Amino acid sequence: MTRTAHKYGMVVDTIACVGCSACTLACRSENEVPEGLSRRWVNQETRGSFPDLKMKIWSESCQHCENAPCVKNCPTGASFIDDFTGTVQVERDLCTGCKACMASCPYDARYIHPTGYVDKCTLCHHRITGGLETACETVCPTSAIVVGDLNDPGSEISQLLRKRKFEQRRTAAGTRPKFFLLV
Amino acid sequence: MGSSLPWENLETPLESQEAGLGQGSIIPTVCEMCFWKCGVHARVHDGKVVALTGNPDHPLSRGRLCPRGVGGIGSLYDPDRLSEPLIRVGERGSQEFRVATWEEALDRTAEGLRKVADQYGPESLALFYHGAGGSFFKTLFKGMGTANIAAPSYAQCRGPRDVGFELTFGEGAGSPEIADVPNARVMALIGTHLGENMHNTSVQDFSAALGKGMRLITVDPRYSVAAGKSKYWLPIKPGTDIALLLGWANVIIREGWYDAAYIEKNAVGFDKFRAEVAKYTPEAVYIETGIKPEQLIATARELAQAAPHSLVHPGRRVTWYGDDTQRCRAVALVNGLLGNWGQPGGFYMSSSIPLKQAENQPPVPEHQAASDRPAGSYPYAGSVLANGLREATLTGDPNELKAWMVYGTNLPMVLPDPRKTLAAIQKLDFMVAIDILPMEITGWADVVLPECTYLERHDDLIAPWYREPYVALRQPVVEPMGNSKPGWWMAKELGKRLGLEQHFPWETANDMIGDRLNASGFSAAQQANLYKKGVILKQADPMYLPAGAPLDLATPSGKIEFWSQQLADTGFDPVPVYRRPEQPGPGTFRLLTGRSPVHTFGRTANNSRLLDQYPENEVWLNRATAVDMGLRSGDRVMMKNQDGAETGPVKVKATERIRGDCVYMVHGFGHKDPRMRRAHNNGGDDNALTTRYKVDPIMGATGYSVNFVSLEKVEV
Ligand code: SF4
Repeated sequence: MTRTAHKYGMVVDTIACVGCSACTLACRSENEVPEGLSRRWVNQETRGSFPDLKMKIWSESCQHCENAPCVKNCPTGASFIDDFTGTVQVERDLCTGCKACMASCPYDARYIHPTGYVDKCTLCHHRITGGLETACETVCPTSAIVVGDLNDPGSEISQLLRKRKFEQRRTAAGTRPKFFLLV
Repeated sequence: MGSSLPWENLETPLESQEAGLGQGSIIPTVCEMCFWKCGVHARVHDGKVVALTGNPDHPLSRGRLCPRGVGGIGSLYDPDRLSEPLIRVGERGSQEFRVATWEEALDRTAEGLRKVADQYGPESLALFYHGAGGSFFKTLFKGMGTANIAAPSYAQCRGPRDVGFELTFGEGAGSPEIADVPNARVMALIGTHLGENMHNTSVQDFSAALGKGMRLITVDPRYSVAAGKSKYWLPIKPGTDIALLLGWANVIIREGWYDAAYIEKNAVGFDKFRAEVAKYTPEAVYIETGIKPEQLIATARELAQAAPHSLVHPGRRVTWYGDDTQRCRAVALVNGLLGNWGQPGGFYMSSSIPLKQAENQPPVPEHQAASDRPAGSYPYAGSVLANGLREATLTGDPNELKAWMVYGTNLPMVLPDPRKTLAAIQKLDFMVAIDILPMEITGWADVVLPECTYLERHDDLIAPWYREPYVALRQPVVEPMGNSKPGWWMAKELGKRLGLEQHFPWETANDMIGDRLNASGFSAAQQANLYKKGVILKQADPMYLPAGAPLDLATPSGKIEFWSQQLADTGFDPVPVYRRPEQPGPGTFRLLTGRSPVHTFGRTANNSRLLDQYPENEVWLNRATAVDMGLRSGDRVMMKNQDGAETGPVKVKATERIRGDCVYMVHGFGHKDPRMRRAHNNGGDDNALTTRYKVDPIMGATGYSVNFVSLEKVEV
């Protein structure tokens, strides 16, 4: 694992999130994601039986894994970890659309863009490198999404992960995701 | 209309960081994907809207938007939009139209209205409207001499709540609601599904309060998103909320968990109230509601211990069972017991920026008597009843209505019992519909006028009562598509034809806005800032009463009316009384409805971006019940009510998240007009199943949740 200048990750606060999908829609506008495909999606998980129920709601996307199976399984080097932000990116021109990455992603975060390459959440690389929030973080009516640099102990995301209880998704796969659910 | 957009004349359209990254310029305006009216930044590139984001300066968006606000692009670029004026050619309702010029369509409309007014008098005209653009048509109809102007957002939605609060506190619950959610330590929701009902700021406040540790009590037959965030979910038997609310009052009083000195000083009729609620013991309430006594007591204690920083939320769409004003009054009375009026975490005092009419704008006549109810009925109706205008059209009581204008409200899916709506329309001499999409109502009109969307037009200035007073501007960010036109232009053109020019003494709505801003005393700098930032802000008046200050309410007694003399004098229960509702028989379920966060009623059912997130509605059915019936999630059923009215096929969602005696569906699907290609026959139309409805005798609202349905599996 290479050490990157920054290590951008995302938390989603499951107490705040109501699963409204504003994030998914804002992502669509910002990143021109074709209708019918999505870089983000909303999960609603209910456990128990009537009337003793528990529910967890969160918005999810590519987890920008540190040990990313998609990167390892990409035969052309199109999928890579960006040196500056530590996020997982796809170089469109190198991608042949072979789908090896899609098969290896435990989060089902990737899709084939109609123009032939594999696409997914970039963590709004173009925005965060310009000092802006991601489109999903900006729009979220419940302020449930926080993106920031995990290398910086003073960042809001680092503070939240120190203060709050959190969970991660499918860690058994050894992916070291940088996506956290505050619970 | 000039062709250039007003902001193009500004030296610098709003510069924002975002403009530097995404291409295009950012123009502030106001959303109307629902009626909350958040501030929006529209990013426009090459004459196209490419993104809608929240205006950080606007108090209702605070830089954020709900999904519908973001997805407004899908409504703007909906390929099925009405784009030409239409004139009916076949029989009314045959849905046959020809394209007409604006000149002809407006002439025909003016003639249709004038003929009826001449022959039957102005009291035979009616305007139904919903949305900001309605203001221009209200002016037109008042100018013509009628008081028959109704928004279904009153008697089909919020009305009972406001009357219940007025009878108790002398003031309605407001829109936006005056509930001080951000500071509440404990909040109870009665059927209100915040988070699915997605008014942007109200959900922002809701989640922020949860983050600060607010404890939530959700009373709902369905395990809503809010229930999922609650410390207590009370899965109440539908129709029994009044028993639960009076049960809370009983426990709080019996246990002495209220501030007796406060009540002594600020309430009237408390002793009589105490005597009335004595019978609502936790055990008695349990039998009616299914809520266990210990749960009732525990939740009453939570509310009372956090008082006055706790509240029972007033809700929003409260037209359920026909006794809704009394239920909302019971909500108000529990709040009265909590002593939270004017207190942080209870109900705050809102303020607004007063706007004046332009000097050249003559006052429109206000007419008192509307034709929406026979004399003496519904004495507490605070607005004209849309259902009442329909009733008068059908019965001629108090007088016949012969011409309707319907602006932005799809009456066949809005008023209960759509058969009556269509029968009333068939009795008219003339009907004109103004809409953006070919909604069902337009299919029944004689003339259809295509309006442009909120992103393509000005409307009047927006200055609501809120915690932070402000004035906001809706301005066009792109040119109208096709041959659609803004409502203000249509109203002005009709005004010319009807001899009412004096009420439209401006060339464009933008001129009118300027005149109003001048008359209201805003400086040139403030006005320039409004165009640039989208809002003018003002310091709020004090939001809270000093602790211990006596209440000075607008009720007849000036106090909280625990026992209402006015209700007693008019023949109603002075204290709410619970009456056991009729229950569905075997194999049938009470039909409950609500909202998806990505849709607004039936208005967004053709918006591809929003359908992408919530493609069709489903009928929620208790899982165990579904198993008994041999139904599984994904099966399709026809839904049929007690009168044989049907809708479907609808997908089943078999779930633990609902009681076994009711079913639930999101309102607004199952459209029948084939011109809306995505919405047509997609999902089920709950409104088709409301052939039974109960009218609230106090103020005339229509309770919808009194229909019992059965489900029959169909193969598709
Ligand atoms: S709540 Fe949503 S749809 Fe309603 S005005 Fe605000 S952003 Fe628009």
